[in-house]
Amino acid sequence: MYRYDQYDHLIVRERIAQYRDQVQRRLNDELTEEEFLPLRLQNGLYMQRHAYMLRIAVPYGLLSTAQMRTFAHIARTYDRDYGHFTTRQNIQFNWIELERTPDILSDLAAVEMHAIQTSGNCIRNITTDEYAGVAADEIIDPRPYAEILRQWSTFHPEFIALPRKFKIAVNGAVEDRAAIAMHDIGLTAVRGADGEVGFKFMVGGGLGRTPILGSVINDFVPWQDLLTYTEAVMRVYNQFGRRDNKYKARIKILVKAVGAEEFARMVEAEFADLKGGPETLTREEVERVAVWFNPKPYATLAAIDPRAGHADDKAFANWLMRNVKPHKVPGYAAVVLSLKKTGVPPGDATSAQMDFVADLADRYSFGELRVTHEQNLVLADVEQSKLYELWTQAKAQGLATPNIGLLTDIIACPGGDYCALANAKSIPIAAAIAKRFDDLDYQHDIGEIELNISGCINACGHHHVGHIGVLGVDKDGSEWYQVSLGGAQGNQAAIGKIIGPSFSAPQMPEVVQRLLDVYVRERVEGERFVDVAQRLGIAPFKEHVYATPIVAQETAGEDHHA
Amino acid sequence: MLDTRKQIIKGRSVVDDDWSVLKLDEGQAPDTVAVPDGKVIVPVPVWLAQRDALAARAGQHGRIGIWFAPDELATAVQDDLGQFAVIAIDFPKFTDGRGYSIAFNLRRRLHYKGELRAIGDVLRDQLFQMQRCGFDAYATRPDRNIHDAVKGLSVFSETYQASVDQPQPLFRRQARGTEAEHTGSGA
Repeated sequence: MYRYDQYDHLIVRERIAQYRDQVQRRLNDELTEEEFLPLRLQNGLYMQRHAYMLRIAVPYGLLSTAQMRTFAHIARTYDRDYGHFTTRQNIQFNWIELERTPDILSDLAAVEMHAIQTSGNCIRNITTDEYAGVAADEIIDPRPYAEILRQWSTFHPEFIALPRKFKIAVNGAVEDRAAIAMHDIGLTAVRGADGEVGFKFMVGGGLGRTPILGSVINDFVPWQDLLTYTEAVMRVYNQFGRRDNKYKARIKILVKAVGAEEFARMVEAEFADLKGGPETLTREEVERVAVWFNPKPYATLAAIDPRAGHADDKAFANWLMRNVKPHKVPGYAAVVLSLKKTGVPPGDATSAQMDFVADLADRYSFGELRVTHEQNLVLADVEQSKLYELWTQAKAQGLATPNIGLLTDIIACPGGDYCALANAKSIPIAAAIAKRFDDLDYQHDIGEIELNISGCINACGHHHVGHIGVLGVDKDGSEWYQVSLGGAQGNQAAIGKIIGPSFSAPQMPEVVQRLLDVYVRERVEGERFVDVAQRLGIAPFKEHVYATPIVAQETAGEDHHA
Repeated sequence: MLDTRKQIIKGRSVVDDDWSVLKLDEGQAPDTVAVPDGKVIVPVPVWLAQRDALAARAGQHGRIGIWFAPDELATAVQDDLGQFAVIAIDFPKFTDGRGYSIAFNLRRRLHYKGELRAIGDVLRDQLFQMQRCGFDAYATRPDRNIHDAVKGLSVFSETYQASVDQPQPLFRRQARGTEAEHTGSGA
């Protein structure tokens, strides 16, 4: 993975000094809270419902074990012994004291990490495919380009006070695992006629109040022009994006208002001045960065059947089927460690678990880990012959729930238990659904399904692209849940459709049950839930869900960590 | 309304300043507002409406400047840039970043070489990025200590990307760290 050089170290060190001074000035009242707000946000520090929350950047989701152990240390030393991995491949700590944040940043800097631009109206952490570098369908490894974009966007002087936050995702594979259509800029690597790498630029995607899938504004931007073309997009947005209404300030609204063709023309006009300029990437620079992402020192192994010798172990077989992914190098596999054990908020990990997964990564995966946007962890380079041993250990720590891609692999934002923006809780809804459908045989029968929960319209739980999407809404001061169907991420990205009036929290497990009943009744061989939902539309689901009153079955539980 | 500061930051020093900034009061129109004598920075629409008279004055004494509002584009006065002794860009709110793009375009695209001054809600913690985008003068908020604000100009000693102050990105300026062989461990 990328290692800091003297310049990266210098910039992060100077940032800590700057931020330490800003905190001191805030504590001395030399800065008002209003003035301090954008400064702390650009350093990932939010004021949440109960306390400050610090969001730490995990660039493109890649972590060393030293970095993971530092998270464990932060959880133990500065927080309540756990952290929360997010849908943006970052980690958040929920119980932080303002005065101690500069020290946390110093601890992070020691392992080449920071919290720069993890919030605020600037370019955020760049996300990518969690299987980058090991996926067989990869056209290029997107991570060097994500790192180059990370450096370019860090403290970009012109784009530090944009109309709104700005998110970029890079996909290097045939299959989109980076959800590029729902980003402000979604990049896909493509190869031109001469075999040279370029990027398809998709702009103006996003969820939130107005979910829109991105529009392609250029099918092929040569790799040399990656930064200059991005700069042109950013300058158009900075000048013409709306600033009169926070909810209409994202680039998607601008692209929609002027049309993708006109937007592309505006970008070309800016780009004309930048093309060939000093920010044009050189082969030397791309290679300098790419060398850090070179293939690992893989052993020459024969592919084996990991079940050999464990044929009777059904639990192991389930885990192999759900949590182990193919690898392009023979004899290796990628392993997903599930952070979705029933009873635990999706994406949460304790300090003990963080230390433990760091140990696993050192032992089995070249000392590296990845964070997925589905809020799980990945060991990308595990020898197939070690899978049983790894599984036994992961299971003992509650990290081997064989539910990846299944109903209980729920994506959920922190919701009303933590978030000051939320209209409703998310975690107890996820918990109630997970509890109701804990039966693994049933889950395996239902097969692949994505259930996404957001506690408010801001859609941090990506409910619009869930096969089943759940949105918390406030009605006369009480919490209700609106359900949508047929959303999807990836190459067939789609926005789900709302099925009808919303439900109370205790009704939600039964609502999901009724949706599944329709699926089981209507499916044909091999059809996933989302395929049926898209084939039939919402009508049969709606009819069955609302046919008879839904009796509230159980209370959704209380705050998990309050 | 005529706004006059006593001191601004110019370059990296606090200096006396005798310019005033003309802002239109409600009901005042760009074509009829009286531009007072002396060194005055007028709004872009006033310049455009009273161009001939103001140009004569600028030509005689070099005493006219203009200021941009955030929703105006650098290209609005691109043929007149040589006539202004100072160009200012207003930041009505420090959270509005359009002024940075105006500055960039004035400097890099239109090659404006004169004084470029930030006015309005200008605070210490913006000065570093303002300087990078081509500002060289700062009328910081009068309720804050201007000498403290100067410190905001020297926060970072290195930057990754190109901008006006440094047209070459780091990767073209410095030989950066490389590692040909991985060590077998990720960290």
